[in-house]
Amino acid sequence: MSLLSIDGLTQRFGGLQAVSDFNIELEEGSLTSLIGPNGAGKTTIFNLISGFYQPTEGVITFDGTPTSNMKPHQVTSLGVARTFQNIRLWHDMTVMDNIRIAQHYRMGYGVLDAIMRTKNYYLREKEIERISTELLEFMDLREYAEELPTNLPYGLQRRVEIARAMSIQPKLLLLDEPAAGLNSSDVDGLITLIKWIHDEFDITILMIEHQMKVVMSLCSWIKCIDFGTTIDEGPPEHIQSSETVIKAYLGDDSI
Amino acid sequence: MQKYSFNFGIWGMALIVIALSQFGALDLYIQSVIMFIGINVILSSSLNVVNGYMGEFSCGHAGFMCVGAYVSSILSVIFFSQNAIFGAPILPPELAIIGFPIVVIISGLVAGLTGLIVAIPSFKTRGDYLAIITIAANYMVISAIENVDVIGGSRGFMGMRKVVNAMTDVIDLPWMMIWVILGTYMSIWMIRRFVSSTYGKGIMAVSQDEVAAEIMSVNTNKMKMAAFMLSSGLAGVAGALFAHVLGYVNPQSFNIMKSTECLVMVYLGGMGSMGGAVLSAILFTVMLELLRFIIPAIDTGLHIINVLPDSYHLSQVWKWVLIPLTLILLMQFRPEGLMGNKELPKLFPGLKKFYKFK
Amino acid sequence: MDILIQNLLNALQWGSFYALIALGYTLVYGVLLLINFAHGDVFMVGAYIAFFVATFFLGFVDLSPWLTLALTVPLTMLLTAGVGVTLERVAYRPLRRKGAHRLYVVITALMCGLMLENSNLALLGASRKKFPELLDKVIYTWGNVSVTNLKLIVIFTAIAVFILLEFIVTRTKIGMAMRGISYDKFAIPLMGIPIDNVIVFTFVLGSGMAGLAGLLFAMSYPILEPYMGALIGWKAFIAAVVGGIGDIRGAFLGGFLLGFIEVGVVALFPSTYRDLFAFSILLMILWIKPTGIFGVAKTTKI
Repeated sequence: MSLLSIDGLTQRFGGLQAVSDFNIELEEGSLTSLIGPNGAGKTTIFNLISGFYQPTEGVITFDGTPTSNMKPHQVTSLGVARTFQNIRLWHDMTVMDNIRIAQHYRMGYGVLDAIMRTKNYYLREKEIERISTELLEFMDLREYAEELPTNLPYGLQRRVEIARAMSIQPKLLLLDEPAAGLNSSDVDGLITLIKWIHDEFDITILMIEHQMKVVMSLCSWIKCIDFGTTIDEGPPEHIQSSETVIKAYLGDDSI
Repeated sequence: MQKYSFNFGIWGMALIVIALSQFGALDLYIQSVIMFIGINVILSSSLNVVNGYMGEFSCGHAGFMCVGAYVSSILSVIFFSQNAIFGAPILPPELAIIGFPIVVIISGLVAGLTGLIVAIPSFKTRGDYLAIITIAANYMVISAIENVDVIGGSRGFMGMRKVVNAMTDVIDLPWMMIWVILGTYMSIWMIRRFVSSTYGKGIMAVSQDEVAAEIMSVNTNKMKMAAFMLSSGLAGVAGALFAHVLGYVNPQSFNIMKSTECLVMVYLGGMGSMGGAVLSAILFTVMLELLRFIIPAIDTGLHIINVLPDSYHLSQVWKWVLIPLTLILLMQFRPEGLMGNKELPKLFPGLKKFYKFK
Repeated sequence: MDILIQNLLNALQWGSFYALIALGYTLVYGVLLLINFAHGDVFMVGAYIAFFVATFFLGFVDLSPWLTLALTVPLTMLLTAGVGVTLERVAYRPLRRKGAHRLYVVITALMCGLMLENSNLALLGASRKKFPELLDKVIYTWGNVSVTNLKLIVIFTAIAVFILLEFIVTRTKIGMAMRGISYDKFAIPLMGIPIDNVIVFTFVLGSGMAGLAGLLFAMSYPILEPYMGALIGWKAFIAAVVGGIGDIRGAFLGGFLLGFIEVGVVALFPSTYRDLFAFSILLMILWIKPTGIFGVAKTTKI
C-alpha cells in the first residue's frame, strides 16, 4: 500500500482553479519531485496535503487515514512534516527551542503538568531534550543550538528548518524549494543532506524544486504540473526529453 | 546553594514585611501600598502572558478582574459573614482562614472560564479585531454586574471587611498581607513554570509565526485557550485579593481605565519579559503613590516663586497628566519598554550567580 | 408607528455622531494600521474648542448667532485638526521613525488621550460648561412625530461628509496615495510620494471631522465635560471595527448600526441594559464575520 495517495484533488479559489484533478501515489521510501512553472499550483498541493487548505474536491489518504478534513496539526502528528518556500522559523527563539517546540504533538503532558512540574513533565522534557540534541548532532547543528535563527546565514537557516521538520519524526517529508536562494556549494551540501536523510531515516520525500541539478540527482520519479494538472511524469531521463515539459517551461516555438 | 539565595531573599523580605505590619512598624497606608504592588504585579504578569508572550492585544483585563472580585466577595460574604441580603453565614466565620484561599481559587477558576468569551473568538479573529472583542467583553462584564440588583448593581458591594476581621479574630496576623504575598508569589510561579516549559513555549511560537506553529504540530487553538484562561484566571485572583483589601467593590473600578493601567504596566516593562512585568508593576504603583505627595509639594513650590495665581492649586488630577506624559517620553527613548523581551539575567549577567533562571 | 419614526430619527442622529468619529479612527487605521485611541478625546477637545470659539464671538466680539456659527464651523475644524496633527508630529511620528512595535504606538495614543482628558480637567476644573445656543430651535411636526432642525442638520452633515470623503479617498490623487500607504509603507516613498504629507493630511481629515462632530454634539447636548469623549470614542471605535476598519463605508455603516442598536435597546428595555445589549450584538457580528462587515479577510500566503 502506498504511503500517501491523492485521488482527484481539486482546489478552487473563487473562480480560479489552482489544482484540478491531481492524483499521486507515493510508495514508502520513494523520493519524488514536483516540478512546473511558477504559479502551477505546486505549493497549493503542499498546503492541501498538510491540511492548511480544505480541498474543494478529492480525497487525500495518508497511511490509510483520510486527512482531507483534518487540521494541520493533526495531519502533522500523523507524520507529515514540511518546510516552507520562505523560511518560517520562529525567529525570536533559539534553534534548540525551534526544534523542541516542533515536537509539540508528542509532548505527552499538559498545562497542569507544566505548572506542577510532575514526574511526567521531567520525564517527557528529558526525552524531548535527548531527541533534540541527538538530531542537532546528526544535522551538524550542535554548535548553533543556542543561537537565534535570524543570526545564522541563509544556508544554515534552511538546514535548521529541515532539522525542525525532522524533529517531528515524519514518515513523509515535504520540502518546498529547499534550494531556493542557496549558492552552488550550499546546493551540493543540500543534495548530500537530503540523500543522507532519505537513506538514514528511511523517509519518504516529496519535494518542489526548480533547480534541475537537485531534482535530477535525487529523484527517482518526477511529476511535472502546469495550471494545476499533471502534464507529464516519469523517471528523470523521461522528463529531460519530454516535449510537453519543455513546452510548459519555454513556451511553444511553433509560431 | 548560592543560586537559591534570591529565593531566600524574597521569602526573607516577605517575612520581614509581615512581621513589621504585625507589630505596627508599618503604618496602614504603606501596608496598603505594598498590597497594591502585589496585586498589580499579578495583573501585569498575567496580562503579559497574552499581550507579551502570545502577541495578542487584549485590552479588557479589568473585566476578568471584576469577575474574580465579585465572585470572591459574594462567596466569602455568603459563607463567612452576616449580611442583609444573604442572611446568616453558612459556615462559622472562624473557618474563613481556611475558606478564603479556596474562595480565591474558585474565583480564579470562574474568571478563567469567563476568559472563554475572548478565547473562543480568538480562534478565528486576530489582532485589532480581537482587541475589540476584549474591550467589548470588559464593558459587558461591568454592564452585566451593574444590572444585577441583588449584589448592589452600580452602587457596589461590601461586607468583605467582616470576613477579614473574622480571620484576625481567630489568629491576630495581618492576613490580607499574607494572602497578597502568597497570591503574588504563586501567580508568578505558575506563569514562569508555564512559559518556560516546552509546552508553554508553544504560545510564543503562535506569536512569532502562527502558520508555522500550526503546521509544526502545535495545536494553536488549544494554546490560545490555555493562555487566555491562565491570564484571565490570574486576573480573577488579583481581583479577589483587591476586593478583600479594599473591603468594597464597585463595577466602575474595573472599567476600561483599569484595563489601561494593566496595559501600561505590560508595555512599560516590555512585551514578553517576566522581570519587566514585575518591575514595571512595582515602579508604576510606587510612582502613582509618590505623586500623591509630589504634586502638593510642586504646588507649594510654584506658589512660593509666584508662578501660579493664588486662586489656582494643583490638584491630584495632575497625577493623570504627569503619568501619561512620563510614559510618552519614556516610549520615545525606549520604544521597546524597559526590558524589551529580555529577562533580567540577560541584562545583568551577574544575577545568574544568585538565582536559577529556568 | 409614530414612536418608531421618532426612534428612527434618534437612531439616525446618534448614528451620525458615531459615524463622524468612527471615520477618524478608520482613516488613520486605513493608512497607518494604528488604532488612534486618542481620537475620542480629540472629539472632546473639538467640543471645547467650539465652546471657546463660540463664546468668544458671541460674548466678546458680539456677533449675531448666525455669523458666529458660520465662523465657528471652519475654525473649530481647523483648530481640532491642528490638535490631531500635533499629536501625530510629537508623539507618533518619532516612534514610527524608530521602528517601534506597533502596539507601543497604540499605547502612546492611549496615553495622549488620557493626557488630553485630564489636563482639560486639571486646567478648566470639573465644572460643566454650558454651550451657547447658536441656532434658533425650529421644531417640525408631522402628526405625532417631531424633529428639530438641528437633528436634521446633524444627519445631513454626516451624509455629506461621507460622500465627500468617499470622493476624496477613491477619486483623488492623495486618496490613492493614502490607500497605497496601507498596502506598502516602504514602496510608497520610492514612488516619489511624500509619505509624511499624506499622513498629516489623513490626520487633518480625521481630526477635522472629529471637531465637526464635537461642535454638532455640543449644539445638540449643550453640556460639556472632560470625560465626554471617552465612552463615545470607544464606542465609535468599536463601530468602526464592526463595519470593517480601514473602510469608510464600514465606518458609516458601523456607526449607524450602533446608533440603531442602542436606540432600539433603550426603546424596548430599561436603559441600563443599553451597553450590555449593544456590545453583545457587536460581539456576535464579529463572531460571524471576524473582519467586520466590509472588512476583507487577510489571506496568509505560505
